[in-house]
This record gives sequence, C-alpha cells and structure tokens, in this order.
Amino acid sequence: MMSKIVRTITNILYSSILIFGFYIIMHGHLTPGGGFQGGAVVASGIALVLIAYGYDTIKDWIKKSNLSILESIGGLAFIGVAFLGIGTTFFYNFLANSGTLFGNPTVIGINPGDLNTAGVLPLMSWAVGLKVLAGLGSIVLLMAYGIKKGDEK
Amino acid sequence: MKKYVALAALLVVSGFFLLSAIEMHSFGSPAEEDMDRYFIENAQEETSTNNVVTSIVFDYRGFDTLGEATVLFTAVVGVSLLFRRLRK
Amino acid sequence: MIGNLPFVACVVLIILGLYTLIFKRNLIKIVIGLNLVQCGVNLFLITLGYKSDSVAPIYTMAGKEEMVLPTPQALTLTSIVIGLATTALILSFAILIYKHYKTADASKIRRLRG
Repeated sequence: MMSKIVRTITNILYSSILIFGFYIIMHGHLTPGGGFQGGAVVASGIALVLIAYGYDTIKDWIKKSNLSILESIGGLAFIGVAFLGIGTTFFYNFLANSGTLFGNPTVIGINPGDLNTAGVLPLMSWAVGLKVLAGLGSIVLLMAYGIKKGDEK
Repeated sequence: MKKYVALAALLVVSGFFLLSAIEMHSFGSPAEEDMDRYFIENAQEETSTNNVVTSIVFDYRGFDTLGEATVLFTAVVGVSLLFRRLRK
Repeated sequence: MIGNLPFVACVVLIILGLYTLIFKRNLIKIVIGLNLVQCGVNLFLITLGYKSDSVAPIYTMAGKEEMVLPTPQALTLTSIVIGLATTALILSFAILIYKHYKTADASKIRRLRG
C-alpha cells in the first residue's frame, strides 16, 4: 500500500488507460495497433492498480477465476471464427466485400478510414485482445501471490 | 584463468558479428521484394482493410497467430503450476 | 553518410547482452542480459525491411504511395510475445530459487538440498 498521492493519481488515471487500450483494440484495421498491442496496454493498467494498493486489497476486486474464464472465451472465439469459413478453406475471410455485418468495400488508394469494413478482422482482433489481457493479468497476479505466500512462513 | 578464456572467446565472437554487420547489403535497398509488392497492391481489394500489417497477421498468415496464442496459454499454465498450494 | 550504422547498433546490443549473460553473478542481472539479446534480435528483424524514402504501410491518410516492407513487422510481433513468455517463466524460477536457498548469488547455489 503506497502513499496517498500515488493512490489518488491511480484513481484518476485508471479509467483513461482502460479506454485508451480498448480504442487501440477496436480500431486495429484502420490505424497502427491491433489485438496484441491493445491487450498489453490494458494489462499494464491492471499492474498499476496492483502496485498502488497491495495484494491484500486487490484480491477481492479482481479475482483469478474471472480472468481465467475471460481467457478461455477469447481462445475459443478465435478458433470458432476461424472454423466458420470452412466451406472454402480454414481461416477464410467470408465477411469481406459482402453486404452484412462488417462488409463495406474500401476505396482503393489513400482515404480516411471507414469503421464498417474489413470482414472477420475486428472479431479476431477482439478475441486475441481478450486473451492477451487475461493472460498477462494472470501472470502478474500469480507472481504477487507467490511472493506473499513465501513471506508469511 | 577461466575468466580470461571466456573473455577471449567473447572477443572472437564479437569480431565475427561486427565484420558481418559491416559487410551486409546497404541499408535501404532490400534484396527480395516480390511477395511484399503483391501484399501492398492487393490487400485493399481482397481483405477490404486499410492496415496492411494487420491483414498479414490475421488473414494471410493466420497460422502464426494461432501458434502464438498457444505459446501465451502455455506460459500462463506454466506459471500457475509453479505457484500452486502444496499439501504437507 | 549513414552507411550500415543501424546494423552495427543491433550487433552492439547483442554483444552487450552476451557480456552480461556470461560475467555477472546475480540472478536478476542474468535475466536482464537475456532480455537484451532478445531486444537486439527484434530490432535487427525490423531494420531488414526498410526502403529509402518510404512511409509506413497503412493507407489511412498516408503521405505517399511507396511503403516499406510489411512482412518483417508482422513476424516481429510474434517474436516479442515469445520473448515475454520466456521472461515470465525464468523470473518465476528466480523467485522459487531465492525462497529455497535464501541467497541470489549464482555461484553459491551448488548442492541439492532436500
């Protein structure tokens, strides 16, 4: 548990870090970014809260079983979306240039981007972002638990 | 005695690395670029996205992303195995 | 004027990482040396794909139509995540060794104690 100044600044900054991370995940097909980079940014927000408040206060707010469920959902969604286009081949982009969910065609050449394009890619980007977020958060929480378990013996 | 042998071996290896870095092709003109020219010209029609790097990671080379998700899952399982609660 | 200076910088990073890996005795410094070698290799992969007078390979509000090669950047993403997985596992081992032997000096950890 660190001093009062650190805890106040963490309370103000935590929501901004979360929103910035989810913005990087969601706009992966228009600007630099994607699944892995956004997941790493959100996991660094979790590490900031863990350092500012100590492990004894955190373990009632962020539970390890919830993070494990999130990681499993991310992995299964990635493989499920890959299997949906099995009519032509594995990992086929069956939603690009069609009329439905993410299917607007793009203008060839230099253009300002359109969020409704790029087929299967935003769905896979969300799945990988969830998996990286839950994996890195689990690693940091498990190391804090391991250090505290050795101190009290 | 062992430190001097290790230092001599490190100097020989670093000499090889520096010589090969100086004698490489000049910085700014890569050797082979046919595959990347195909990716840059055709990524907007086939995958309808503006970001060529993301379309390579998730669409043209999706198997590498699948393998890397497996590596991340294995790392979490390994760390969770080392810090389990033992019964004495 | 630039010459081959980016390649030489990557090789200097790798040599510094190898020096730290061989000659230091604290456990945490050995982990830092391994991380330095991984950073040098990732930087070398990205500098292989540069073309003169080109911009980043993204079509949203780009400057011009000549772009650098995008394939080494996609492979470096995977390499960074694999480096992270290796560092996490080796740090967990360092924590367990310190808890068992009560010292972090790699030359005093010689005997198996049950």
